[in-house]
Amino acid sequence: MDIKVNILRYNPDTDRKGHWEEYILEADPDERILDLLHKVKWFDDGSLAFRRSCAHGVCGSDAMVVNGENMLACQVLVKEVSTPIKIEPIRGLPVIKDLVVNMDSFFDSYKKVMPYLVNDDEPGERERLQSPEDRDRFEDTTKCILCAACTTSCPVFWTADTYVGPAAIVNAHRFVFDSRDNASKQRLEILKDVDGAFRCRTAFNCTSACPRGIQVTKAIEDVKRETLTIN
Amino acid sequence: MKVIKHSFDGVIVGAGGAGLRAAIEAAPHMKLAVITKLYPTRSHTGAAQGGMSAALANVEEDNWNWHSFDTVKGSDYLADQPAVDILCKEAIDSVVELEHWGLPFSRLENGKIAQRRFGGHTVKEGEAPAFRACYAADRTGHMILQTLYQKCVSMGVTFFDEFQVLDIKIDDGVCKGVIAYEIATGDIHIFEARAVTFATGGFGKIYKVSSNAHSLTGDGPGILYQKGIPLEDMEFYQFHPTGIYRLGILLSEAARGEGGILRNKDGERFMERYAPSIKDLAPRDMVSRAIATEISEGNGAGPNNDFVYLDLTHLGAETIKQKLPDITDFVRTYVKIEPINEPIPVQPTAHYAMGGIPTDVNARVLSDATGTVLPGVYSAGESACVSVHGANRLGTNSLLDIVVFGKRAGQSMVDYVSSTKPMALSDNAAEDLTSKIENLMEKDHSLEFSVPRIREELQDTMEENAKIFRSEDSLEKQTKILSDLRDRYQNVTISDKGKVFNTELLEAIELEYLLDMSDTTVASALHRKESRGAHSRVDHVERDDKNWLKHSFAFKNGDSVKLEYKDVELGNYEPKERKY
Repeated sequence: MDIKVNILRYNPDTDRKGHWEEYILEADPDERILDLLHKVKWFDDGSLAFRRSCAHGVCGSDAMVVNGENMLACQVLVKEVSTPIKIEPIRGLPVIKDLVVNMDSFFDSYKKVMPYLVNDDEPGERERLQSPEDRDRFEDTTKCILCAACTTSCPVFWTADTYVGPAAIVNAHRFVFDSRDNASKQRLEILKDVDGAFRCRTAFNCTSACPRGIQVTKAIEDVKRETLTIN
Repeated sequence: MKVIKHSFDGVIVGAGGAGLRAAIEAAPHMKLAVITKLYPTRSHTGAAQGGMSAALANVEEDNWNWHSFDTVKGSDYLADQPAVDILCKEAIDSVVELEHWGLPFSRLENGKIAQRRFGGHTVKEGEAPAFRACYAADRTGHMILQTLYQKCVSMGVTFFDEFQVLDIKIDDGVCKGVIAYEIATGDIHIFEARAVTFATGGFGKIYKVSSNAHSLTGDGPGILYQKGIPLEDMEFYQFHPTGIYRLGILLSEAARGEGGILRNKDGERFMERYAPSIKDLAPRDMVSRAIATEISEGNGAGPNNDFVYLDLTHLGAETIKQKLPDITDFVRTYVKIEPINEPIPVQPTAHYAMGGIPTDVNARVLSDATGTVLPGVYSAGESACVSVHGANRLGTNSLLDIVVFGKRAGQSMVDYVSSTKPMALSDNAAEDLTSKIENLMEKDHSLEFSVPRIREELQDTMEENAKIFRSEDSLEKQTKILSDLRDRYQNVTISDKGKVFNTELLEAIELEYLLDMSDTTVASALHRKESRGAHSRVDHVERDDKNWLKHSFAFKNGDSVKLEYKDVELGNYEPKERKY
């Protein structure tokens, strides 16, 4: 079948701002949105820029806005979206070219929350023990692939880019609730800050946007509640 | 083109598991840069699913010698046994170390790391399937990648994200650095570095149906091959038995480790005929061949009889949800099937290169078949061939390989840097490269010579002629096709003339590596007149230890490939007939 795809194009060498371009593509209903982008790039306009790598929803390269919603282009099939299909870059980060945005501030926020295990105790020669129940407490937030779909769907982030954003809080959650970690207090101090977890107004956009099905808003609420336990 | 110069002691190219593990080892001891064409967390290590083997004996009696035996037998006796011993012995500490760094392994009731069964891993040298694969649900690779990246963040490792390395500078046999292209700006960067590790991953994109990411184009092996460094054992390419039909998306062997069964169109558990003792948990080469045979004999399912079923319906919703959440999501997302109730259509998918850049057990790159070390150059992970996987890798041994030999690469960099002085590169060190890129940009675009056209033909024909079963006829046919594609590539053109995020330019450069990988794969396969592991010749069906217990070394020789051979290093295990 032929379908109409509209892509928000921007070339920094020639354009002052983005403009929509329309493509008519022969597509199979079972194809991914990413396949459509490749059709444009490979057989129509080689200059179309977008990130992609694994093509099955685990690397997090191709988060974009499709028909108004954040998703991974490789994880959604043509038959699941209405036509014409409108594709734009994720919002709130500077556009470099077409569907590619500058991720620097996103990764800076991630790094701010100490996204690594802190435990200076002598671990011994074998693994630390952790019960399946303790392991389950942070299972959901270990799934994050740092695609930025959540953060760039957040209305608070759109208006205040100093807000660390959902993805950073998810990655803090992953360690705050890990029984092996000793730096929860430091992380929670960071997240108590004016640009931390309490900026969240529970819009739930992040939860809808997460391609890994993480209960992002719930994780943020868990972190907020936990900050109340520290002095 | 703008050229920017940097000075480091060491550079690591690639930020998947092997590159990051090397970085953790090297960073405290030198000025180090990690250069990746992606962001580190988007490396394909993150797509690995089932587990990482180590004889922790958390579930049942186990020891690393049995792991060694299985790895050697799985390799069809082509692996170098001293290297395999290192892999399996160091596996235990490697897993523990990852746990100490925070890796969230799944746990047993007693709090220890959980372990599951996997193909080809047995207790007591073949007695029964072993619980050896340490796992985090079915996203073990994701957890390894995240944990190693987190560790690097905590250490303040310097990354150059979205920089594509295009060349290595070797003067008089000594490494001096690399040249990279900054994707966001189109600028060229000269990195002075006397120690360089290539950890660039595999090259599954030479085939049409592949579990590999688009980024897996053999960049590291390609760069070195063009400099005259040979590639080892390129005829051994692994096809994973269970890729989602047509898409090739990986469905982990963990599905069968947890009890999943392969069935043909009649519902028959056909692996009982091919591997009576361990059935569906036979090594991947055997299972992929069995599927291909079932299909060619008309036992495949579907209107074209071209797939088989992976049946998980008897496992129960709870096991599937707890232990196989990601792969069942893939099935729901891409084929709209509910794996709890329905069997999944699968077919073999191009998955893993056993071959690659030849190295010794310290990840030092070897420049010939006699073991001459190339000073300052290292490789680890899928881009390297140690060889621990021989003719067929066992599942879970790749995640192990990246941490064991990634660490060794980092250690070798430290040893080398501490005993040598900095190397200087001149400001015009990138001249060859900039003129190559400028030529490519200036050429008028023509569809006939476009990257996607040439690449699609390459992938289609490699799929047809050099996949699971090969013959002299199919390989000679493919040799001619590759020669024609190479001619066309000499005239390759691109339409994007911009500097910013010109990924079309990068695809053109990657295509040359894909052609190199295909040339060496086909030439090595054509010359090896036996069947061993993943290399199945329909015209030479037997393994021939008398003549072929050898590693192949494929050298660039003008436009053709020259082959040399090196004897396999044996050890405790004498080659025997391989039965399961």
